Amino acid sequence: MNNLSNITTTTMPATTKVAAMNLSKISARDVQVYYGDKHALKDVNIEIRPRSVTAFIGPSGCGKSTFLRCINRMNDTIASCRVEGNIAIDGEDIYDPKVDPVQLRAKVGMVFQKPNPFPKSIYENVAYGPRIHGLARNKSELDDIVASALQKAGLWNEVKDRLESPGTGLSGGQQQRLCIARAVAVSPEVILMDEPCSALDPIATAKVEELIHEIRENFTIVIVTHSMQQAARVSQRTAMFHLGNLVEENDTDKMFTNPDDQRTQDYIMGRFG
Amino acid sequence: MASTHIIRAYDDELKFLFRRISEMGGLAEQMVSDAVRALVNADAALAQKVISDDVILDNAEREIGDKAIVTIAKRQPVASDLREIMGSIRIASDLERVGDLGKNTAKRVIAVQGTGVPRSLARGLEHLSELALAQLNEVLDVYATRSPEKARSIRDRDEEIDAMYTSLFRELLTYMMEDPRNITTCTHLLFCAKNIERIGDHATNIAETIYYMATGAQPEGERPKDDTTTSVGAPSEQ
Repeated sequence: MNNLSNITTTTMPATTKVAAMNLSKISARDVQVYYGDKHALKDVNIEIRPRSVTAFIGPSGCGKSTFLRCINRMNDTIASCRVEGNIAIDGEDIYDPKVDPVQLRAKVGMVFQKPNPFPKSIYENVAYGPRIHGLARNKSELDDIVASALQKAGLWNEVKDRLESPGTGLSGGQQQRLCIARAVAVSPEVILMDEPCSALDPIATAKVEELIHEIRENFTIVIVTHSMQQAARVSQRTAMFHLGNLVEENDTDKMFTNPDDQRTQDYIMGRFG
Repeated sequence: MASTHIIRAYDDELKFLFRRISEMGGLAEQMVSDAVRALVNADAALAQKVISDDVILDNAEREIGDKAIVTIAKRQPVASDLREIMGSIRIASDLERVGDLGKNTAKRVIAVQGTGVPRSLARGLEHLSELALAQLNEVLDVYATRSPEKARSIRDRDEEIDAMYTSLFRELLTYMMEDPRNITTCTHLLFCAKNIERIGDHATNIAETIYYMATGAQPEGERPKDDTTTSVGAPSEQ
């Protein structure tokens, strides 16, 4: 199995290694994913840059969500799923037996398609993560974390006077931003978003996109989206998946004006291949 | 366009733009060729027809612009579709200018009617317009085939027209120096020659647009130029 840390130490001088680290937050080498007999992802190699937004696009069933879920080992929960190859964050193999998936998921947060707040108060939704990870020593520290996360998620002004009301009472768009606040509260380094706006109206979508734009300075964001326009709007890099293969990864500007791969071209233009 | 869109109405919108551009190209060619014919034959009726045809090109350009805007708003085009639509807008505007230049040439027919156009100058103008029209005709063929190589080769040939224009410019100066009574006619002819030379430039613009539509990249390097009229009569020349 290829291991990034081996490759970098044996083939690159120390200075280049540092440069490579800066260019790549998440590094996937020869990743294969199987669901039972089905070979769902084939030979995926990608370097995901830190403090930027990378969008995964491609038709349904192309493997983009599967790959996203590999990055925080969400696929561990699926019995028939097998992951081969190497995925490293900051050079550390996340599939190493020594890695605790719970710790990993604190570092790699996730936001899902449908907003899924806990059936608890707005405050408790955000406070839950920091509390179980022991990030606050007392109530006032926890209050600060909750307020700061809600501010980052652009929700603070809308909910600051009703922190004790249930999270499920918010509108769909507010619930999704609450979920983003919940993900942000544990200070992750990477945030994975699996079609975060597909259940939202255009205004709520615009607010989430604006939020992504605001927070990308501090996080590495990977977003799966079915909306080509959304990928074009929010991301700096775009990766196109097709039938389990990563067919093209490029600057978003290039991807939407002059893509290199014919399959990307056909897909983004809505053409028959 | 090898593949078709899943939404067929989108294809229809792109086809509409393509068809209208092709029609504009045909009309622009006809106007330029008629204008030059009217000039050398002193045919005022033909000149009048060219002048009145210009409004058709103007309307076509506006229609293409309007349809393109609606298509962009409705379809959010990307990649080669986006380049296709932006290219259509640019080509329509170049063709509209070609029509204007044909019209301006036609307007001068009446002014030079009294004196007539000296035979040798008429031949020079005809030859210049043949070069410009051949270039326009070829570029419209390339619009249909989208061959980036041919688009490049058209762009690289603009200097022939420039050289011919420079030689006509000198010839007209000579006539004016010979006899001041030639000045009015020759000045009109100079504008006609300049108009035709500009048509070559528009054909070159269109070639560059087609190159971009086909490849997504701008053609590299400066376009070749051989129009040296700006320095004719400069001290270093004598």
